[in-house]
Amino acid sequence: MIGIEHYLVVGAILFVLGVLGIFINRKNVIVILMSVELILLAVNINLVAFSAFMDNLIGQVFAMLVLTVAAAEAAIGLAILVIYYRGRGTIAVDDVNRMKG
Amino acid sequence: MIQAIAFYLFAGLVIASAVMVIMSRNPVHSVLWLILAFFNAAGLMVLVGAEFIAMLLVIVYVGAVAVLFLFVVMMLDIDFAAMRAGFVKNFPLGLAVAAILLAELVLGIGAYSAGGLELGSAETVAAQAPGESNIEAIGRLLYGPYIFLFEIAGIILLVAMIGAIVLTHREPKPGARGRQDIGKQISRRPEEATVMKNPEVGQGVEL
Repeated sequence: MIGIEHYLVVGAILFVLGVLGIFINRKNVIVILMSVELILLAVNINLVAFSAFMDNLIGQVFAMLVLTVAAAEAAIGLAILVIYYRGRGTIAVDDVNRMKG
Repeated sequence: MIQAIAFYLFAGLVIASAVMVIMSRNPVHSVLWLILAFFNAAGLMVLVGAEFIAMLLVIVYVGAVAVLFLFVVMMLDIDFAAMRAGFVKNFPLGLAVAAILLAELVLGIGAYSAGGLELGSAETVAAQAPGESNIEAIGRLLYGPYIFLFEIAGIILLVAMIGAIVLTHREPKPGARGRQDIGKQISRRPEEATVMKNPEVGQGVEL
């Protein structure tokens, strides 16, 4: 029988894979953005699973907000990537030090 | 029984494609695996009756975000082989962090399934009425008590759209050739654009 724990485990594994993707693809900012999308997808799976489990639709309403934020983040991230590439001709993020931060 | 088969199919595929997203050598393949991951996540959500979120996943992620990624990957001419340098070096650290995170999350889930903490009772339970479809119920919430959340979502999208345009817009260089000046074009009058000439036979016209 499939219970809430099964969904939570899938969400946990997806989240961890997203974090692992950020660590092992330190140079490739496109794959880092995809990993962030995976993390947000894991969050959405958890929200929807609890929403179904507790019979409370508010979780799905908030999942929609998370989706919106994920789409906005992808758009802005890729726009920054494009202008960075235009200026530098590369997208290697491990030597980004223009702002001396 | 069929539910269990469907769940394990979707869950297995979503995890396998997430692994391929982060391991794939070619970012174009990564995007395609990401699309598969979102499809299977949508399947997982359909299984628990959240059709609205599932459709949103397919439409927004597969239709918009994945295509955006694909555009950017193909637009930028990048040496992806050089991008892989450091993959092996960062792998142990990443794996260690991932193992710790997974252990913590599994601990949390195990503790929850042993009996969650009772921090209080949900006052405003918004249950789906029997016979009502998922989309109807979510619409009732979104256009009712959660209208401000819905509008904030719209404003976030507006800000993202304006931000992306402002960031990537390039002003044309002043005096650059081949640029359309629409104001100049539509304010043109026949008087200033055409001249009547009556040249003598055998003579040219100087304009």
